[in-house]
Amino acid sequence: MPLLLLVFWEAVCRAGMVSPIMLPSPTAIVLKWGEWLLSGELLIDVVGSMGRVVGGFLIGAGLALPLGLFMGASPRIYEYCNPIIQVLRPIPPIAWIPMSILWFGLGNPPAIFLISLGAFFPVLMNTIAGVQNVDSIYLRASLNLGAGKGIMFRRVILPAATPYILAGVRIGIGTAFIVVIVSEMIAVNNGLGYRILEAREFMWSDKIIAGMITIGLLGLAIDQLMNRLNNYLLRWHRGLDS
Amino acid sequence: MDYISINSVSKVFTGKDASVQALQDINLTINKGEFVCLLGPSGCGKSTLLNAVAGFALPTSGEILLKGRKVTEPGPDRGVVFQEYAIFPWMTVAKNIAFGLEIKGVSAKEVEERVVMLMETLKLSEFRDRFPKDLSGGMRQRVAIARLLAIDSPVMLMDEPFGALDALTRRTLQDELLRIWRESGKTILFVTHSIEESLYLASRIVVMTYRPGRIKRNQLVEMPYPRDPAGTEFNRLKRELGELVMAEQVLYTNDELRL
Repeated sequence: MPLLLLVFWEAVCRAGMVSPIMLPSPTAIVLKWGEWLLSGELLIDVVGSMGRVVGGFLIGAGLALPLGLFMGASPRIYEYCNPIIQVLRPIPPIAWIPMSILWFGLGNPPAIFLISLGAFFPVLMNTIAGVQNVDSIYLRASLNLGAGKGIMFRRVILPAATPYILAGVRIGIGTAFIVVIVSEMIAVNNGLGYRILEAREFMWSDKIIAGMITIGLLGLAIDQLMNRLNNYLLRWHRGLDS
Repeated sequence: MDYISINSVSKVFTGKDASVQALQDINLTINKGEFVCLLGPSGCGKSTLLNAVAGFALPTSGEILLKGRKVTEPGPDRGVVFQEYAIFPWMTVAKNIAFGLEIKGVSAKEVEERVVMLMETLKLSEFRDRFPKDLSGGMRQRVAIARLLAIDSPVMLMDEPFGALDALTRRTLQDELLRIWRESGKTILFVTHSIEESLYLASRIVVMTYRPGRIKRNQLVEMPYPRDPAGTEFNRLKRELGELVMAEQVLYTNDELRL
């Protein structure tokens, strides 16, 4: 079926039924992609985009995780922080673009700020929920075995909350990936998002689509990687039996 | 010598509209090495009493002493086996057993030795690296028992530990528990609503009343082990205790129907 579609698409283009600007043919896209790859520019763009995703994600999640653990564990900290978070959370990272450019100028800093913002909230919310939902029987059992606060946190609360946290990480990476493309269209001059926008200036539809497909493939790869990580970290988890 | 003494213990649970008197003026002393069963219908406060001894929910009034020292918090000197197993699903069998020892700061080599020995005792050796999700209920409860034996609690508190198991598995684990009890000389406080289970296991049975929980009968059981559930003495006691427990069960049922 997909092959058939591809052949149909190619045929329509070759017959000159649509202009190559509206819809370039698959072969044109592949050729353009090859050219892009061979010029070395594709690698720079992919590395640029991925670097921002990884950097921004690590900052966002790295801040969200400890905060979430504290907020989940202490009702006082929760009461204190929750109102601010409830107001900030619904603001899409995109809406932060103007302020982030004012604060951080152009280039990587505002992009990384936006990405970390996108990753921050999903990880935070899920970490809080994960800690709050730890079954009290495990807390009692570990108290009974003589566990102090530190050990209980590290060896009971954290692993018990992992399924929630990983779900948050997954959403966070997804958001980071969306935000990186958008932020590259605005503040940076390399990366897949930038390249797509640049191609638009020249009406290089084949390059636009090649860029889109690259983004799709990268997203897929990240998802697969997350899946592996999930399966490994949650190998003890009942829900993963299949 | 009084090992555990429960002195005039009462417990009131205060809810929004009403408060429930779960325990009323409980006085009970348990000697070192006894196997005491708390027997009664649901709602008689037997688990409440166990939780008070464990230090999870302290009494509203009265006090509980262990070797003369007042119980104020949970601790490894009173290990608990929960009905819901409560072994940690993210740890393998060996890790679960080792956890209490690691908390104590026992050296890795010694931990390993104890874990290997306990897995042997409870027939868990083959399952060393399995996670709890891959174990049956009986196996999980073995891990829970091994976890307590690892920290060598002098007192074992067991809250209907075999309640969720099938009859044959339950009998096997009861026999193993008796063996462990007799070899180790530990003091066991065991909550159950099964008259037969209490008669099979206990050196003393404490029958409790339904709401407020009080002690209705403090019955020494002097039949030698292993006990024969089909024997005459066993069945005489079973009938006698059965009447006591059923009288309370009726009150419980009436309350249930009223709700």
